[in-house]
Amino acid sequence: MKVAVASGKGGTGKTTVAVSLALALGGSVPIQFLDCDVEEPNGHLFLKPVYTREEEVTLLVPEIDENKCNYCGTCAKICNFNAIAVAGRKVLVFPELCHGCGACSRFCPEGAIREVPFRIGVVASGRAGSIEMVEGRLDIGKPLAPPVIKAVKKHAQPDKDVIIDAPPGTSCPVVAAINGSDFCLLVTEPTPFGLYDLKLAVEVTRELGIPCGVIINRSTSTDGDVEKYCYQEGIPVVLKIPFDQRYAACYAQGHPLVLKFPEWIPAFKELWQRIVGMVKKGV
Amino acid sequence: MFELLVISGKGGTGKTSLVGALAMLAKNKVLVDCDVDAPDLHLLLHPEEESSNEFWGGYKASINIERCTRCGLCEEACRFEAIKDFRIHPVFCEGCGVCFRLCPVGAVEFKQLAVGYWYISRTNFGPLVHARLGVGEENSGKLVTVVRQAARNLARERGLNLIIIDGPPGIGCPVISSLTGVSLALVVTEPTVAGKHDLERVINLARHFRVPTVIAINKFDLALEKSEEIEKYCAQQGLEIVGKIPFDEEVNRALSRGQSFLTVKHSKAACAVTSLWEKLQVRLGS
Ligand code: SF4
Ligand code: SF4
Ligand code: SF4
Ligand code: SF4
Repeated sequence: MKVAVASGKGGTGKTTVAVSLALALGGSVPIQFLDCDVEEPNGHLFLKPVYTREEEVTLLVPEIDENKCNYCGTCAKICNFNAIAVAGRKVLVFPELCHGCGACSRFCPEGAIREVPFRIGVVASGRAGSIEMVEGRLDIGKPLAPPVIKAVKKHAQPDKDVIIDAPPGTSCPVVAAINGSDFCLLVTEPTPFGLYDLKLAVEVTRELGIPCGVIINRSTSTDGDVEKYCYQEGIPVVLKIPFDQRYAACYAQGHPLVLKFPEWIPAFKELWQRIVGMVKKGV
Repeated sequence: MFELLVISGKGGTGKTSLVGALAMLAKNKVLVDCDVDAPDLHLLLHPEEESSNEFWGGYKASINIERCTRCGLCEEACRFEAIKDFRIHPVFCEGCGVCFRLCPVGAVEFKQLAVGYWYISRTNFGPLVHARLGVGEENSGKLVTVVRQAARNLARERGLNLIIIDGPPGIGCPVISSLTGVSLALVVTEPTVAGKHDLERVINLARHFRVPTVIAINKFDLALEKSEEIEKYCAQQGLEIVGKIPFDEEVNRALSRGQSFLTVKHSKAACAVTSLWEKLQVRLGS
């Protein structure tokens, strides 16, 4: 089973949920935790893994052979991402803008373009107790998160239960992170910002055909609007975590909720069982 | 013209609430929401739309089944796994055009699509430029650039000398597009382990693009020792802390009424943000 934990709005408690779920299940079944929030990976701050491997994530970007190039300008015209410019007798490559699509090298009439790896991030892997952990980190100043996310997801093993910590938002990095999951947990908070962004996140899961359930974090007496929305849309509210000063302090110090408050372990185990049930029934 | 960008690295630190409050304090400015994939500022500012414009993003390919001879060349060449069984999934297509150029029988259609909208609106606190990117779309960076350009034009037309931008979370493409060329970045953080970690990454990003940076700690009193760690870190980095905002229940209470907490006079958060604004004005040179 592959379960993604996402949220349209950032800071709603996505990592708290993903980490708690991994720790609650970790003792009994093999769990893989994939931190796909590669712009701001936080899972390691709570799980404190020991990383034993680090691999670079690279994109294939063009390199021009000046001996073969006749400055025809075809590559610049073909590139849809403005990553190549031909100015007089000079070809300029902007690797930060390149998507690594391979169009320029494929269609250069002179065969003057070779593809070379360009580093955009790293993937670290190791263990946190019984949990196998993989984390992606986008290099500072590199714009493209999706290739790093995809590199993290390559580590997912089919025989394990996989928990994915997805990035916030609703655009391409989120799609890259949650695509292929059996279920998506959407963590929200009962504020107008939380509800508005939840609606957008639900649209993403529908676009990808992934069933979802909602977790209301920092739940108070003001949950009504979120619950009403979920009810209307037929989305189950699968867990509520009340607002509690002690939980906030626990999070601030970098402690996982279920380690400081083990009374939450059964709730996360039940949550997992419920998801398994829903996925099996195909809802 | 002065462009002030408010960012946070980590989401949920109170960035948009702070921008909502600055909107009430600052005069003669254009407001911009650059968090184009989850824009929230309108929930505080209640804009009235003056004009709406289509955003033409990248290209998308699609296969004309009647022409396709099922040779499979396109599927093999697409590096984004967007083609399966002679169909192209629009969400995964990055619009590179390889399939379109490669198809021997011209069965691939390749079109630029409207993938979002951007708006110029009226609010009680001045004009707002905001946008909405279709869910799951790419090119959020490009939309940010369009929105920022529109804001500059508007500021020039109306003789306004300040632009306040609500930026997106993270450090990736839309953040980079929001950051390049602004006059000052105000990073809003929170006193948590994660907040500090993400703050360091976003500070390095701002440094990479040579943008002057100042810091605000939101809800600083929820974990005083973490706030101190952040202050120490900022001092080491030579970064000014322009404000420490206490936790205040009025923030969310006002928000659920669709209002900024600044409307609650003498609330703790309102007082702190007012003095933050005074410090910022020094940096803005006015
Ligand atoms: S397409 Fe090839 S030959 Fe033409 S300018 Fe580009 S690299 Fe040079
Ligand atoms: S690989 Fe694609 S994106 Fe990169 S420069 Fe070549 S055409 Fe442009
Ligand atoms: S345009 Fe590029 S990304 Fe889109 S389907 Fe064709 S080859 Fe794949
Ligand atoms: S390359 Fe053209 S003909 Fe061949 S499978 Fe793709 S669309 Fe069909």
